[in-house]
Amino acid sequence: MKALILVGGFGTRLRPLTLTKPKPLVEFANRSMILHQIEALVKAGVTDIVLAVNYRPEVMVAVLQKYEEELGVRITFSVESEPLGTAGPLALAKDILSKDNSPFFVLNSDVICEFPFEALRDFHIQHGNEGTIVVTKVEEPSKYGVVVTKPGSTHIDRFVEKPVEFVGNRINAGIYIFNPTILDRIPLRPTSIEKEIFPGMAADSTLHCFDLEGFWMDVGQPKDFLTGTCLYLASLAKKSPEQLAPATAPYVHGGHVMVHPTARIGKDCKIGPNVVIGPNVVIGDGVRLQRCVLLDSVRVKDYAWIRSAIVGWNSTVGRWSRLEGVTVLGDDVTVAPEIYINGGFVLPHKTISSNVTEPKIIM
Amino acid sequence: MSTVKAVILVGGPSRGTRFRPLSMNVPKPLFPVAGRPIIWHPIAALAKLKQVTEILLVGFFEDFVFREFLDSCSAEFPNIHFKYLREYQSLGTAGGIYHFRNEILRHSPQHIFVLHADVCCSYPLAEMLAFHEAQGRGGTIMGTRVERDDAHRYGCLVADTETNEVLHYVEKPETFISDLISCGVGVFKYSALFDTIRAALEARHQQMEEDRAYEWPSRSTETDDYDVLRLEQDVLRPLAADHQLTVYVTPSFWRQIKSAGSAIPANAAYLDQMLQSHSTALTPPSSATAGPEIVGAVSIHPSARIDPTAKIGPHVSIGPRVTVGPGVRVKNSILLDGVDIKPNSCVLNSVIGWRSKLGSWVRVEGTPVSGRHDLEAITNAGVKNQSITILGQEVVVADECIIRNCIVLPNKELRSSFHDDILM
Repeated sequence: MKALILVGGFGTRLRPLTLTKPKPLVEFANRSMILHQIEALVKAGVTDIVLAVNYRPEVMVAVLQKYEEELGVRITFSVESEPLGTAGPLALAKDILSKDNSPFFVLNSDVICEFPFEALRDFHIQHGNEGTIVVTKVEEPSKYGVVVTKPGSTHIDRFVEKPVEFVGNRINAGIYIFNPTILDRIPLRPTSIEKEIFPGMAADSTLHCFDLEGFWMDVGQPKDFLTGTCLYLASLAKKSPEQLAPATAPYVHGGHVMVHPTARIGKDCKIGPNVVIGPNVVIGDGVRLQRCVLLDSVRVKDYAWIRSAIVGWNSTVGRWSRLEGVTVLGDDVTVAPEIYINGGFVLPHKTISSNVTEPKIIM
Repeated sequence: MSTVKAVILVGGPSRGTRFRPLSMNVPKPLFPVAGRPIIWHPIAALAKLKQVTEILLVGFFEDFVFREFLDSCSAEFPNIHFKYLREYQSLGTAGGIYHFRNEILRHSPQHIFVLHADVCCSYPLAEMLAFHEAQGRGGTIMGTRVERDDAHRYGCLVADTETNEVLHYVEKPETFISDLISCGVGVFKYSALFDTIRAALEARHQQMEEDRAYEWPSRSTETDDYDVLRLEQDVLRPLAADHQLTVYVTPSFWRQIKSAGSAIPANAAYLDQMLQSHSTALTPPSSATAGPEIVGAVSIHPSARIDPTAKIGPHVSIGPRVTVGPGVRVKNSILLDGVDIKPNSCVLNSVIGWRSKLGSWVRVEGTPVSGRHDLEAITNAGVKNQSITILGQEVVVADECIIRNCIVLPNKELRSSFHDDILM
């Protein structure tokens, strides 16, 4: 089987992290975002993966070559010379996607969920039509495009963009499976799959929807990255608690704490809920962490307090410093001792030695 | 050797509202700064002068207010007589002195120091008295130079640069007069002080007679006003006009203690002075052995318990019976009697009121006051910001909260974080 992952551009929404690393390589729960997707695809029998990208940084090529070898999968970069939207990349990768008659997966690289590719494949083959859209239920559908099905059926009837009146609460989750015949519908130019391709397929009664179990999150920006991390850790606590720090660990508070085996934690810390501690991280004594992500080689000094923050690679948080309010530190940032940062986005290699009391960007 | 007396003007309970919420629990002159009441600092400086025989506090607090404090002063400075003189009606700073003239002039002192209680300075009183006696004029006031933009907040002096004679004195001028200001500390020949007040009083009464003759309506019912005399207006100005006033410019620090937040820079200034004079009242810097990390000038009461993993200073005063837990950081702050701080908390640029309790990982933070004039709470669109944080008596702050740039009235229980606010 084959799959195409829509990676797109520079990931500006996840800056300052993406100033240092391409977005697909940013670690989500200690593994690169794209690895979550590739592993799930491989598990469902996928052997060919196309990454649809606007640019091809060397660091990404190197990492993905490693994944190719480790997972026994072929990964091809399909580089757009101009952004082709959400459908155009399928046309660009036509050679690979149509090399046999088996269906192929398409997914948005910003999405994190439990990736039910096997069940999706089985459902798709069973109904036999051209496409299946994974849908997820949301509380406030008015912000999204809502998928409306024919009564008592999985057949999609129509799409309602940002509905004013309640028509349903299932939205497009950005994960699909299609028969190669869809490629006949897509021209090689900038095209939106949601607006230009799906309505025609719905009119032809050849599009179904598949209900997603469990959580779903677009983690393309810092606030949602943190929310997605919380949802992912909650899901792990149910499905693979062995990947989390045991509740019996002296520092764990409220559970849902992931600690990389190479990380070191001082005494009298209180960590959790919803914390990811990356490789080679060193945490001092009396540190309080909750709802935060510490990336590779972060140093958190004694008595620091962190909530709702992403601490970028190699950064240091000084003694008695306090980070909160969706603060994001880029690579190699130093926060001096006793500093308070509320909602600061700090670009790489900066030293912060005075308070940042209101959300702002530190260039 | 001449004999000298001192009068410290301590005001009354209706004064010092700007010192709230700290003045709600202690009269402002007795609020501890650098481990000692505000008025202890001038008293200790006066006690170093051999000529000083008596120190009188004049104000309109109730009698019992200063009793205990003056008893302790008598024990500490046995060669000096202390007394509190209570005004029953506010007669103004000069009016109060004149009212108690018999008490002040008993035993015929040659010179009288007059000090405002809300001053924080190095009190170079021996030098000032020597200067005053050498000049031989009626009075000498302490002066200091301030930023040009701040001068209008004070009494401004124009002085002859060679003779130090004060040529002109204006209280809080609207336009710029001079960057040399009066520090609120003066020393006067007894005769010059009382003759000037008496002359001012006579001029007032004559004015009263004239006003009555013309039935001046707005004043006819407020005869008391005629007895209200102010030191600046009614003594310093006429002395300057008579060429009887000189200025002694202090070579060291000076600032006022007006708002509650101004206790913090005053605390820092006194602690630094103690550090320079190698005072044994300071806590010695941390050694390699066990004990809390002490940075710079710090005063810790012997009955306070500080965990060895805490870091304290610079510019911290910790009162009696305070408990500071493991991993706590305190900087540029005053912790009053009985404060309890749980582990890993951080207190910066703040005053923590009597018996207040801070939970774990609490952060109480103010903004350090810059500049020398007394910064009041600056308000921006009705929101208070950028100031020292003050917690009143018995305030409780829950675990992990941040209280930043806030003034918190006594007995509040704070269960969430607050910024830039006054919490009633």
